Amino acid sequence: MLFLENLLLAFTALLTNKMRSLLTMLGIIIGIGSVIAIVTVGNSLTNSITSEMEGMGANNVIVGIQQRESEDEVKETGMRYEAYYRRKSPSDDDLITKDMIKALIAEFPDDIEDVSVESGLGETRVEKGRNYANISLMGVNPGYFKANNIEMSAGSMISERAYEAGKAVCIVSDRFVNNMFGGDNSKAIGHDIEIEMSGSSHKYYVFTIVGVYTYKTEQFEMTSAKDSQTFVYIPLNTALKKNHAKGFTDFTIMTKTGVDSDEFATRVKGFMNRYYHNNKDFTLVTFSLASMVSAMTSMLGTVSTAISIVAAISLVVGGIGVMNIMLVSISERTREIGTRKALGATNGSIRVQFIMESIVLCLVGGILGILVGLIGGSIGAKALGYAASPTPGSIIGALLFSMAVGVFFGFYPANKAAKMNPIDALRYE
Amino acid sequence: MNTDMKTEMNSKSNIKFKKTNKKNDDDLELIIEDITDTAPDLKTEEAVGSSAPKAGKKKKKKKKSETKESTPEKEAEVAKDKPHYTEVGVSDIVIDMHGIIKRYFIGQPNELEVLHGIDMKVRRGEFVAVVGQSGSGKSTLMNMIGALDRPTEGQYYLDGVDMFAAKDKDLSAIRCKKIGFVFQTYNLVARTSALKNVELPMLYAGMPMSKRSKRARELLAMVEMEDRMRHQPDELSGGQKQRVAIARAMANDPAIILADEPTGALDSQTGRLIMDIFHRLHDEQGKTIILITHSPELAEECERILTLKDGNIINERKGSGKVAVS
Repeated sequence: MLFLENLLLAFTALLTNKMRSLLTMLGIIIGIGSVIAIVTVGNSLTNSITSEMEGMGANNVIVGIQQRESEDEVKETGMRYEAYYRRKSPSDDDLITKDMIKALIAEFPDDIEDVSVESGLGETRVEKGRNYANISLMGVNPGYFKANNIEMSAGSMISERAYEAGKAVCIVSDRFVNNMFGGDNSKAIGHDIEIEMSGSSHKYYVFTIVGVYTYKTEQFEMTSAKDSQTFVYIPLNTALKKNHAKGFTDFTIMTKTGVDSDEFATRVKGFMNRYYHNNKDFTLVTFSLASMVSAMTSMLGTVSTAISIVAAISLVVGGIGVMNIMLVSISERTREIGTRKALGATNGSIRVQFIMESIVLCLVGGILGILVGLIGGSIGAKALGYAASPTPGSIIGALLFSMAVGVFFGFYPANKAAKMNPIDALRYE
Repeated sequence: MNTDMKTEMNSKSNIKFKKTNKKNDDDLELIIEDITDTAPDLKTEEAVGSSAPKAGKKKKKKKKSETKESTPEKEAEVAKDKPHYTEVGVSDIVIDMHGIIKRYFIGQPNELEVLHGIDMKVRRGEFVAVVGQSGSGKSTLMNMIGALDRPTEGQYYLDGVDMFAAKDKDLSAIRCKKIGFVFQTYNLVARTSALKNVELPMLYAGMPMSKRSKRARELLAMVEMEDRMRHQPDELSGGQKQRVAIARAMANDPAIILADEPTGALDSQTGRLIMDIFHRLHDEQGKTIILITHSPELAEECERILTLKDGNIINERKGSGKVAVS
């Protein structure tokens, strides 16, 4: 019954002292605004990382070997990180072999779509005249392109024959073509490139470019486009011939659609353990990208929650400001309270009137704060290069929270008003 | 101001009132019925028979001994002990105070007794003045009558309600429905239009918005303030504010109108206008009015004058009925 009247009264009071109301609301605006901004930026970050990871293939399961932590060692030193200092590189016996992968594929034909295997040959700079390009030379199998969503922009893929025979062909990035051939793909294709690996094992390779792939810009690029390092892909067998590797430290399984990659990762580990349970130095680990994504999302969530809590503290400070101004307002309006009581207002209706005023103050502050937060969050997300994605939940939460602040910090002043003695209130000067 | 001028002015204002009275009389009757329908009666109201007509003019000071048998026992005792107030039929009594004592700072070294056993009865439709110097206990008595404060000792029935037993919430309801306050300082709620001010008591009585607004307009028309109903208090003159305050006091058709120095802050001319409104409410609507004043001239206009001194009623007499001119 009194709700509408009280609401109207509250807005009248708010508008009567515009400057004062605004200054009081500032605490709430800043508090709510920063929470919303942080949540918006955090959510944008999470969304973009998730979509990027999904682009990389959320259904992928990565299988790799990891150095066993010797329990004795841990006991001896009492420090786990000691093991890392004694890290040794896997011997040929420790590596995952082609046969193991074949056996795995044979074991799970219904789950495995394809397998991506790679073997690196090192990093270097290719130079020709005044042109140069930083590259990483890598032997890959056909599944690699699928697993990493690599798209061709010119030329052709490495042929099956080239893979099998281990031919000296390669695929380079469009950036490589930009650097070395002025962006002219037709000039690049068919051209031989000379790659010289410096260091202790000095090597010299020549590969014929058969195709150009589109380089995907990385999220945090530290170097200019010209200096960025891109992969030069050669057939896996070619690479193995050159580096005489007997196996791989890791490979990626692409699961078929509908397969729970998390659960499948455990099954793969179970299968592959037969090769490793007797290995003293190395053990086999598997993890799915999906679980990585969720781990990362939850980590980001924790970070933004933590920051939000800090921001929420400013809301409490804002709430104290509201309480303060409500006390001022009540002492200013003591006679009004006395009059209202003389006219028949009960303690309850006086209390409700002032709590309503406090709620309206906080709610309007909250709404302004949400607007400020959304604008701030969008600017922040843009600055980091993501699409702003505010969460409706945080907006509703902010509204409810600001109302709660209004009730909480309005109660004491309102109760003080309600308990005023009508005679004293009427005579108040 | 010479006497001729004053009389002329007085008669002028009377004429003016009569005009408006005619215009509004019928409406007012209707409204009063309205109010009694909508406002829920206080539970205790039936306790003391309230068969007397609410509005309608009373035959003043006539029915006494016939109705005496019907009064409750304590009432009779009171009458025996304290004969100084006019005895009236109980159904007609709106204010019935007996042995009202008010002490402050009870139990402390500076304990102070302000009222020393006030006995007071006011009949329905009476126009009573309470006079006394500052510090005589007028305001304290007014607070008691107006249910703003509780007596320390004594009995007080307001329109049949035992005020001693009433809880805080009941007192709010009593103030809302049975008492219309008119203050010296008007006490209109700031930043709120005249109309909304008049609506306030009805709002607290729980009347629906449309009814409230209709009645507030009618009441403002009664005090000739309808053309200023959208104005806020700071846009009104003192006299206009007091007229709005009177309209507000009438909002819930209260049993009594309690006017505390209503002309105290006004110039004599405006004060006269306000007094005329009270007379009109009394004569034409039979309102019970208690006027607290320290002006002997204004008190003379009333039917009965109670003089308060040092917390006691020291004198009670009929007013001369002579209308003060300034």
